[in-house]
Amino acid sequence: MTLKKDILTSIIGVAVLTLALGIAYPLLITGVSQVAFPGNANGQQVHVGGKLVASKIIGQSFADPVVNQTTGKVKLDSNGNPVTTPDPRYFQTRPSGTVPSANAAATTFSNLGPNDVATKDAILANIRSYLALEKPYDPALTIAAIPVDAVNTSASGIDPDISVANAEIQAHRIAVVRHLSLARVHRLISTYTFGRGLGFSGEPSVDVVELNLALYRLAGR
Amino acid sequence: MTVSGWLTIFLVCAILTALAIPLGRYLAAVYTGERTFMDRILGSPERLLYRVMRVDTRREQDWKGYAKSLIVFSVAGWLLLYFLLRTQALWNWTGLNPLHFHSAPWNVTFNTVSSFVTNTNWQYYGGETTMTYFSQMAGLAVQNFLSAAVGIAVAIAVIRGIVGRSGRSLGNFWQDLVRTVLYVLLPLSIIVALVLVWQGSIQNFTTYLTAHGITGLTQSIAMGPVASQEAIKLLGTNGGGFYNVNSAHPFENPTAFTNLVEMLAVLIIPAALVFCYGRMVGHRRQGYAIYSTMMIMFLGAAIVCYIAEAHGSPAQHAAGLHTAAFHGSGGGNMESKEQRFGIAGSALFDVVTTVTSCGAVNSALESFTGIGGAVPFANLSASEVIFGGVGTGLYSILLYVLLAVFLGGLMVGRTPEYLGKKIEAREIKLVALAILITPLAALFAAALAVASSAGRASISALGKGPQGLSETLYAYLSQANNNGSAFAGYTGFIQPTAGNLGSHGITFANLVGGCVMLFARFAPILFVLAVAGSLAGKRVSPPGLGTMRTDNPTFVVLLIGVIVLVGALTFFPALLLGPIVQGLTGHLY
Repeated sequence: MTLKKDILTSIIGVAVLTLALGIAYPLLITGVSQVAFPGNANGQQVHVGGKLVASKIIGQSFADPVVNQTTGKVKLDSNGNPVTTPDPRYFQTRPSGTVPSANAAATTFSNLGPNDVATKDAILANIRSYLALEKPYDPALTIAAIPVDAVNTSASGIDPDISVANAEIQAHRIAVVRHLSLARVHRLISTYTFGRGLGFSGEPSVDVVELNLALYRLAGR
Repeated sequence: MTVSGWLTIFLVCAILTALAIPLGRYLAAVYTGERTFMDRILGSPERLLYRVMRVDTRREQDWKGYAKSLIVFSVAGWLLLYFLLRTQALWNWTGLNPLHFHSAPWNVTFNTVSSFVTNTNWQYYGGETTMTYFSQMAGLAVQNFLSAAVGIAVAIAVIRGIVGRSGRSLGNFWQDLVRTVLYVLLPLSIIVALVLVWQGSIQNFTTYLTAHGITGLTQSIAMGPVASQEAIKLLGTNGGGFYNVNSAHPFENPTAFTNLVEMLAVLIIPAALVFCYGRMVGHRRQGYAIYSTMMIMFLGAAIVCYIAEAHGSPAQHAAGLHTAAFHGSGGGNMESKEQRFGIAGSALFDVVTTVTSCGAVNSALESFTGIGGAVPFANLSASEVIFGGVGTGLYSILLYVLLAVFLGGLMVGRTPEYLGKKIEAREIKLVALAILITPLAALFAAALAVASSAGRASISALGKGPQGLSETLYAYLSQANNNGSAFAGYTGFIQPTAGNLGSHGITFANLVGGCVMLFARFAPILFVLAVAGSLAGKRVSPPGLGTMRTDNPTFVVLLIGVIVLVGALTFFPALLLGPIVQGLTGHLY
């Protein structure tokens, strides 16, 4: 083959294969997915009262915007995002490294190194807020009993899941704030606990988004 | 550590082997022109492609012809991708740029294009904040297919050189390319993509969603044709995520089951190619020996990484956390790991994608413990021969096989032979060059980067002490090995807001990285094709009493020794100063 022929074949090849692999193939997968698994293909959207409230598998921040008492406006941080405080009526997702928290349009890792002072400080800050939120309802709670997932940032920043131990600690707060029996809350937790894949892969996980939506439907708030 | 964690590691190995053997048989049929069950469906599109591309498949190519076609094809792919990415905003009419993104700066694009054409998929950019749906599917994903096909084609050509009987032909590049895409990558991608959607991956072209949360906060959720790209990202050992957090993103890797599927998708073709090799050379035991070598090293890496991550990090312990597993919690270093994968699913995934040249991650390597993070380092230091990239893994380990045969021959005082062909000075010189290029490029670039202020500009604000060196070294090691995983604090792209407006690239990191990827991809390909060309013309002598066997456990041990020795000699001093220091101390920086 001469160089000229190689160049011609390459140009045609790249163009034709771009049409086949870059256009036809994704269109085919989209077509089949939208017919066979429309819910999944569109992100497992949950609507309440006609409004999109969440994707079942994308972690959210279940926090309240802080309102400035004098102006009546939502407080903003230096990035222009609302300052928030965890909503005690809901289970809390894992700490997130994105800005703002649980940003599903700009995901990022925390990139906290294993031997960094900054990592220790971040974990300590997370421990303090976890204890501040949970200890009033679970007086026996100590640092040693805090499951790691509760105070270490998730990888995606939008992890919808927490560990069962984490959910059971938070259950004390939910039961008191929502006037439910602890047993009732535990039942709800197990409804939205997903076991290991094929029985061995991964860790049992509680989907906080679905769990909170169930709480919301139960009480209308 | 948990029972289910250990089970995950061992079952992945078992399932992989069970799937790779039949796929290897199929691959051998595809590349030797035997009939397969796919001929009926794919025969006519295949012939159509040859006609459109003006390919005469009867024309065989020697190594120079094969290399020339390959290089010209890669250049054409590079140019088209660069054009598509730089003109991102001009494709708004397709409706596939919902947020009206502009293009990333030229230097970031140079790096990105080089990385996708070399099967590296190093990403200084974040997918959902930089790339349009059109760029992802018609630009990046196409190179995911094509760069993978090029790698496999080289491996097949090298096998033909080894089995060649007194000819000079290595086959026809265009035929290998087309058959790889049609018979291997495309059907597997369709299957994997649909499994992913079935489990919860998304596949749509709608604009980013705005969710109005029940507590009054709004959340923007990036959408896109994810599953189709995710499938080939894994199967082609590419690794470039649709989203910035790659396979940690719930839309890319929704469940613990897909985590298994994704790991197997990464390993399956590199593993099957080894069995394909055994069949094509007519001694299946040769394939088994290479497979055992890979599997032993892979298991070693997985076990060390799992134990280290399950132990937890010094920062966690300093904060007073208890990192042992207890009822309802898996424990361990969960910093930047996802709950649904747990420690084992995260450690194993990142080992899988760093032994292969995939480089996808489902957890942040930057946050791995010192020893846990040293495992990906070690995997890269072994030059991606433990399964390795699609095709690249096989031809790279064959270089080490030739080196091991040579060293073994020296030890017993015989002329080294492999499969009946004499290994002489010319081949060994080429082998040595091919093996040493990657470490040379990695170490040279990393040294330049830590020694210059332009290079240090990329180190993250948090990367103090040994972590900063680890970040830098890993960046160039990963790019030189065409892996693409990262200690992601290391950056070459400053992007204040989504959409590239007002963003700028760090030229040093982008250009040096891009050049390292191109050099360390194509130079070894040329050398390995030259070796194959030189072997192809050699006479085969029947094995005698003194012939060193290359299909028994002794040879496996020798081969592992050679791989470890070359990696250790080149990288040990550098690794000591980065991850190993961190692994040996509880000190915080």
